[in-house]
Amino acid sequence: MAVSKSKEYTTVTEVSGPLMVVEKVSDVAYGEVVEIETPSGERRRGQVLEAQTDKAIIQVFEGTRDLDTDWTSVRFTGETMKIPVSIEVLGRVFDGTGTPIDGGPSIIPEKVLDIYGAPINPYAREFPRDFIETGISTIDGMNTLVRGQKLPIFSGAGLPHNELAAQIARQAKVLGKKEEFAVVFVAMGITHEEANFFIQDFERTGALERAVMFLNLADDPAIERIITPRLGLTTAEYLAFEKDMHILVILTNLTNYCEALREIAAARGEVPGRRGYPGYMYTDLASIYERAGRIKGKKGSITQMPMLTMPDDDITHPIPDLTGYITEGQIVLFREFNRKGIYPPVDVLPCLSRLMQGGIGEGRTREDHADVNDQLYSAYAEGRRLRDLVAVVGEEALTDLDRTYLEFADRFEAEFVNQAVDEDRSIEKTLEIAWNLLSMLPESELKRIDPEFIKKYHPKRRGGKTG
Amino acid sequence: MTEKGIITRVTGPVISAKNMRGSRMYELVRVGNERLIGEIIGLDEDVATIQVYEETGGVTPGEEVISTGMPLSVELGPGLLGKIYDGIQRPLDLIKLQMGDYIKRGVEAPALERDKKWEFAPVAKKGETMGPGDILGVVQETKTIEHRILVPPGITGKLLEIAPKGKYTIEETIAKIKTAEGVKKIQMLQKWPVRTGRPYVKKLDPSVPLITGQRVIDTFFPVAKGGTAAIPGPFGSGKTVVQQLLAKWADADVIVYVGCGERGNEMADVLREFPVLEDPRTGELLMNRTMLIANTSNMPVAARDASVYTGMTLAEYYRDMGYDVALMADSTSRWAEAMREISGRLEEMPGEEGYPAYLASRLADFYERSGRAMLNGKDEKIGSISVIGAVSPPGGDFSEPVTQNTLRITKVFWALDADLANKRHFPAINWLQSYSLYLDGVKDWWHKEVGAKWEKMRNEAMSLLQKESELQEIVQLVGPDALPESDQAALDGAKAIREAFLMQNAFHKVDTYCPKEKQYRMLEILLKFNELMYEAIQKDVPIERIRGLPVKEKLARMGTVPDAEYQRRFEEIEKEMEAQFKDMVG
Ligand SMILES: Nc1ncnc2c1ncn2[C@@H]1O[C@H](COP(=O)(O)OP(=O)(O)OP(=O)(O)O)[C@@H](O)[C@H]1O
Ligand SMILES: [Mg+2]
Repeated sequence: MAVSKSKEYTTVTEVSGPLMVVEKVSDVAYGEVVEIETPSGERRRGQVLEAQTDKAIIQVFEGTRDLDTDWTSVRFTGETMKIPVSIEVLGRVFDGTGTPIDGGPSIIPEKVLDIYGAPINPYAREFPRDFIETGISTIDGMNTLVRGQKLPIFSGAGLPHNELAAQIARQAKVLGKKEEFAVVFVAMGITHEEANFFIQDFERTGALERAVMFLNLADDPAIERIITPRLGLTTAEYLAFEKDMHILVILTNLTNYCEALREIAAARGEVPGRRGYPGYMYTDLASIYERAGRIKGKKGSITQMPMLTMPDDDITHPIPDLTGYITEGQIVLFREFNRKGIYPPVDVLPCLSRLMQGGIGEGRTREDHADVNDQLYSAYAEGRRLRDLVAVVGEEALTDLDRTYLEFADRFEAEFVNQAVDEDRSIEKTLEIAWNLLSMLPESELKRIDPEFIKKYHPKRRGGKTG
Repeated sequence: MTEKGIITRVTGPVISAKNMRGSRMYELVRVGNERLIGEIIGLDEDVATIQVYEETGGVTPGEEVISTGMPLSVELGPGLLGKIYDGIQRPLDLIKLQMGDYIKRGVEAPALERDKKWEFAPVAKKGETMGPGDILGVVQETKTIEHRILVPPGITGKLLEIAPKGKYTIEETIAKIKTAEGVKKIQMLQKWPVRTGRPYVKKLDPSVPLITGQRVIDTFFPVAKGGTAAIPGPFGSGKTVVQQLLAKWADADVIVYVGCGERGNEMADVLREFPVLEDPRTGELLMNRTMLIANTSNMPVAARDASVYTGMTLAEYYRDMGYDVALMADSTSRWAEAMREISGRLEEMPGEEGYPAYLASRLADFYERSGRAMLNGKDEKIGSISVIGAVSPPGGDFSEPVTQNTLRITKVFWALDADLANKRHFPAINWLQSYSLYLDGVKDWWHKEVGAKWEKMRNEAMSLLQKESELQEIVQLVGPDALPESDQAALDGAKAIREAFLMQNAFHKVDTYCPKEKQYRMLEILLKFNELMYEAIQKDVPIERIRGLPVKEKLARMGTVPDAEYQRRFEEIEKEMEAQFKDMVG
């Protein structure tokens, strides 16, 4: 892209929603950054969404409030959107456009990188297989997270997803390895209170020094949310693939991000897709989520934990739906469990970790892990089915075995799912709880478990209950 | 050829350019200073609309567009097998060599290696009259695939020269044919426009099943060689796992796997496994019969459209040699969404849910290129392309346009079900909703090759499952106790079929692939169990006693009995089962 063309125009002809139209321009490049000066002298940034021979459509990140068609001036920079990076970003707090807000000095860049990045060549990807122990049984035992995975939390308004994310950030570790680890925290439209919760939690545990925070809060401009996650991910890529660090990226809240996308689409008068969200939302979200992963020959990794609230607790809503189609599984929170006081209120049935298979088993977690997981799922699903049935026909209609399954489901929720906010369970402990629960069932019901493992790990075979 | 257009508008992957008179639809063009690859998708007077296969950030109105006079084409010849390409056939391994771990713009990399020499053995004789599809010679491309070098479509005449046995690059001339339009030199490297189906003589009825080693597919909802199948399902229901299982185990000669708008790690997974896994039939490494097209969700959108056509053209090329090819497209919904996005930018009149009105015809044209066909050439070769398309309906709702338009064309429907997936019943293919229209076509083959009771057993098992779902409705109202014992037995019998036969663990080293004879035996034993159970109930044996039979556990584990032992072990299980029932009945 030519750099010589930093021309200034005052030919704004239209301002509507987050968009602005400038006419009588020339040589405007698609995607280039523009600097806008409001009539009162305030500076804002925007980006070209459509370039024509003599006209440009621009999305304005900091909002179009006060912009007019008379005095507003626009300068085309000839540059794409970039961010300065350096190892010094660790421990720093930035706003949603990358300006430091912690009172510290500005970053002396080691590099300046395009925030949209470039797609990782699939041929260069290393398939992620390193088990991350989060200390949370429903994740480690049944929806195992591995380094380089993107595993979102599907939550609902008022559910404790922040607590869960903070707990994961605190407890996550790779067994037997001491390696450079850092958190990139990206806030999109969350409240000050929520942001403070994380900051304080990171401070309390000393994690803040190893964290980079980008905060676009609820009262910050909505369109800015389009760039905030990309600032975070560009920083993460630099730390992971140039500085060999293992990065956990927490993105919250994607629901707010998608609202911003919808706003731009509506302003452009685009044909809306489902529920008013743009038809390209899948592709747009993929350009965020696919930036997780591992690269052959590189030590570092990017693990993503995006959070979103399902409008109306509806998992088929486009935001969770399109996310689930891109990410490598999902952790789903369930309002009823929260009401019953179960923490974390994870409903394992709709949960999934697609990278679990490669991350568990002998030499990674334990040889019986896959079978135990299968058996837990099938037993718990059976218990849940019977619970629904009992609600209609009463418990009398059940066989003894059915009653055992019902009890299994209750105890599973109370002992396996439920744990304290600061309880860090080892994978051994998680599997032990699982075996104790499974031993409620007759051995002939354990059809998913290799008889060899039953011999070796079943509490009754090993001579009485442990733990 | 040297016309130059001028860019007038850039919006995402779509640009407009003026001064383009003389260009043709679907012509390949180079866009802007960086000469990005694009294709003309609309012409109005001298203005062309172009979809660009690379990122367009930085492209500026006023820059040039250069016509190439050529449609978007792929390179064909020895060396395709084992490769991984992007949507427009650029080799991803070379791209990595050239530009590192990220895909940047403006790559120029040949799809096939130019300096590699292949051992060519002539088949045709000098002086023979040759026509399209006739074999000029062969190259042993891999241990199992003999690459047949055919006379390209459109060329007929006397063979003036043919290269002697020896090593040649793909650009060296290996034959000269005297045609009515003059002497044509033929190389092993050939090109073909991706949007044009390659010719064949006629389509034949598919009558041989594509054996996939998946019990619910082969026995209940089979797809034929040359057939089409759709596999729709919500996220996480198992589309990709089924597609990858088929790519691994299906008894096709050649596999084309198109990752269209899906995850990068899934491609990495295939690249990790296929080079070390063996084809159970030939012992050859799976990668050596596979071509991968990877255009992941974060790669340029327009190239998703190209990727399915690129994959199909590669499939046709190997079909033309007389091979059975299977093509997997994961996911066709992402392709449809790319059409929708481009159409939206063109401001075309939107159809249902914003998709363009031509969605149905594009899907139909694509699937139409599948089939079992009598091929060109004097040796009357027969080849086939089976197509298995994943569909990703928003919210898992099958009434949406891509699913509906696909089901109108494909002959097999594997309906994936979120409820089954949540319970970890895999493959989560709903047996009541799914269907195959090839049952009649392939039953003779099964009866001849495997066993005479195939159709009968399949129908018996299906009606048992059907009955189960009817009884379940009653159970929901009154509880299982209220049912007569014979109905409770039906529920138990159906459950055994579900758990032992329909469920199959993709990640178990044995269970991942179930040979057809083993499938047959498993079903035979499970139906026998059912029969014995009925007899026992008739003789007033309480159902509780049957539930406690030790053999039930063994039945549930039949899938994991190693292939080499199953005949003997199944016989033992069968005997045990009979003995245990005999004991009860007295
Ligand atoms: N046959 C199977 N055996 C065992 N597990 C399976 C099987 N099929 C699917 N699964 C499980 O379900 C998960 C999701 O499957 P898959 O990735 O194929 O879903 P999908 O339908 O392709 O989803 P998406 O539309 O999001 O790509 C797998 O990671 C695996 O854990
Ligand atoms: Mg998939």
